[in-house]
Amino acid sequence: MIRWQRLAAPSLVLMLVLAACSSGNSPSSSAGGSGAAGGKLGGKVTVIGTWGGDEEKAFLQMVKPFEDQTGVDVQYTGTRDLNAVLTTGVQSGVLPDLAGLPGPGQMAEFAKAGALKPLDDVLDIAKYKDQTAKALVDLGTVDSKVVGVFIKTAIKGLMWYSPKVADFSTPPKTWDELKSQLGANASKAASAWCVGLESGAASGWPGTDWIEDFVLRQSGPDKYKQWYEGTLKWTSPEIKQAFQAYGDVVKQGAVYGGPSTVATTNFANAGDPLFKSPAGCQLLHQASFITGLGAFKDKKAGTDYNFFPFPDINPSYTGAVEGAGDLFGMFNDTPQAKALIKYLVTPEAQAIWVKIGGALSANKAVTDYPDDIAKRSAELLQNAKIFAFDASDLMPNAMNTAFFSAILNYTKDQSKLDSILADLDKAQKDAYAAQ
Amino acid sequence: MDPRLVTAIIVVVGVPAVLVGYIWGTEQVLRLAPERLKPRLRPWLWLLPALGFLGVFLVYPTIGTVLRSLQSKGSILGTGAHFIGLDNYAWFFTNSSALGALKNNVLWLVFLTLFTVGLGLLIAVLVDKVRYESFAKSIIFVPLAISMVAAAVIWKFMYAYAPPGTPQTGTINGVLNGVGLPLIPFPTNDTLSMNSIMIILIMTWMWTGFAMVIISAALKGINVELLEAARVDGATEWQVFRGIVFPLLVPTLAVVSTTIVITALKAFDIVYTLTNGAYNTDVIANLMYKEMFNSGNFGRASAIAVVLLLAIVPVMLFNVSRFRAQEAIR
Repeated sequence: MIRWQRLAAPSLVLMLVLAACSSGNSPSSSAGGSGAAGGKLGGKVTVIGTWGGDEEKAFLQMVKPFEDQTGVDVQYTGTRDLNAVLTTGVQSGVLPDLAGLPGPGQMAEFAKAGALKPLDDVLDIAKYKDQTAKALVDLGTVDSKVVGVFIKTAIKGLMWYSPKVADFSTPPKTWDELKSQLGANASKAASAWCVGLESGAASGWPGTDWIEDFVLRQSGPDKYKQWYEGTLKWTSPEIKQAFQAYGDVVKQGAVYGGPSTVATTNFANAGDPLFKSPAGCQLLHQASFITGLGAFKDKKAGTDYNFFPFPDINPSYTGAVEGAGDLFGMFNDTPQAKALIKYLVTPEAQAIWVKIGGALSANKAVTDYPDDIAKRSAELLQNAKIFAFDASDLMPNAMNTAFFSAILNYTKDQSKLDSILADLDKAQKDAYAAQ
Repeated sequence: MDPRLVTAIIVVVGVPAVLVGYIWGTEQVLRLAPERLKPRLRPWLWLLPALGFLGVFLVYPTIGTVLRSLQSKGSILGTGAHFIGLDNYAWFFTNSSALGALKNNVLWLVFLTLFTVGLGLLIAVLVDKVRYESFAKSIIFVPLAISMVAAAVIWKFMYAYAPPGTPQTGTINGVLNGVGLPLIPFPTNDTLSMNSIMIILIMTWMWTGFAMVIISAALKGINVELLEAARVDGATEWQVFRGIVFPLLVPTLAVVSTTIVITALKAFDIVYTLTNGAYNTDVIANLMYKEMFNSGNFGRASAIAVVLLLAIVPVMLFNVSRFRAQEAIR
């Protein structure tokens, strides 16, 4: 008896404190007060994504009609470090109901671990497949089950210019044509290109888009696929020549401010010198979402800025386009979470963000774009002869991180290309290795 | 009722009640024990909850980390990991980025300690003699209250770089531009690890106040009569400092230095916020974070944690032995 008490007391303290701690952190996933007034669903749904600032506002506007209609409270949290939140979440079981996913590779891992719930019975799957490009459906499918859907998409590798500075109204068809046009316009701006790689912990990604665009157009979609799947080495000639082509863009004299400026300029403000007087550069290479960022935000589409698609390099791969998008998945299949993800793929929901600007819809039924530029980019994406998804997003995370820092190091000092690529080969061997 | 309110009530009322109940309970138990055992049992019973917490939150995770450091990556759920011996450690000591991080940590250790303790000592001695001493000390102490991430963001603006010929928004480059000196393109200036030094300076800005306050307190504890006697004997101020003040401050400097050394080894937030390890500024803690959350490689992350732990142990041992020596004098 005595002994029992002696042991029981401290363990009781421990249990109480543990209980207090755990209840404080428990996921607010369980559906709260069901059956709200008027037969509405009610309750709440927790969502985590990477959006902050204007993008967060746009997402909240997107879910507003859903909240009004169903009475479900959408609780959104934005994080810059989504991967850390989800990786620890999957291990501990503390997860949001719905979450943005870092990329298709990560999504597959979550799905195989059983953390992501399949959506085949949640969505109207026939309608979803009918309204969404097959490439996007496939990217969200793991083991023939749909586990990820796209909230919005973007087309990458667009060349932005200011018609007031340099006129590209007859878009160059090939990379060589582009170079000669840049040369002809050389007097109109301080330099040919604007590039900005800074992006907090993800610094370097705008450069990865450059490399991807070159690999896709120089060596074609097959090599591109082998590359992100880890079977094509970084030291192979295909990848090396892409790095060299990118190197020509960011070398001293070709790029605004030189490599130091490239490294220290945030990607969102990279294009600002386009609108300066005198202009800092002729072209900015960036995805369609740049229109919602930096100096673009306050400029008028068509008159202040315009774009042409990345020109072809190897004629056998004409019409290749690189895209990216924001994947979403479901971790807890509460009625509220199911209702929300069902709503998010509808054309009505996606049209809201498209109208706000900076986003293209993943849903083909959305055709109402706010301006000609958004419309043209959406059409480019839909009519792509060769569609490739952002390769760095498809790589394992360790590879992705190594790719980012390789871009930074190469941009700073191009003479180290061979050792940088050799390091990437090592990282590749490591990142794709079995557990 | 809101579950958070329930939790709050449990924590505020329940925990103290249980603790009081525990002490009362142990006394009841002790009453039953034989008289001569009581004094030997009591401290252990009182220590038991604390030992329990230490065991659960410190000893168990440490053992777990050491074990995990000997295992492979495993799946994202942590399953499927198997023992691979010392491979993770072999990776750490052969990988160029890990060795770079290790080298930077040594830089942090040397320069942060040198800068903060040196500046702290200098300021403490200098302000000791002025009228507005407390005001000056407050100003220097304030940055310590700023969170590391906020400090990093503040200094990101201080160090901001724009191409030559355009307006410099960064304070440092603004000044350099004004006096016609070459600009500093932070954080890409990794010649001689200048960018790492610049990051260490941010930490110095924060921690000098800490060193100064402790050294200043020790300074006040020095017997004035001792100093006066020396001055009467004709010692210069410098001789007073070298011969009396400094030797008396050495134990305090040792305490401050060890604290700063541990801070330097743990450095993470500022590096993560400013560069995330790019341009050869990585440190061990940030590398561990990347291995864990970017690569999901808990084996390697654990190995890095163990290396970090082993690096801190000698400093801790030094601290403990010094503490013991001091106790012995009393």
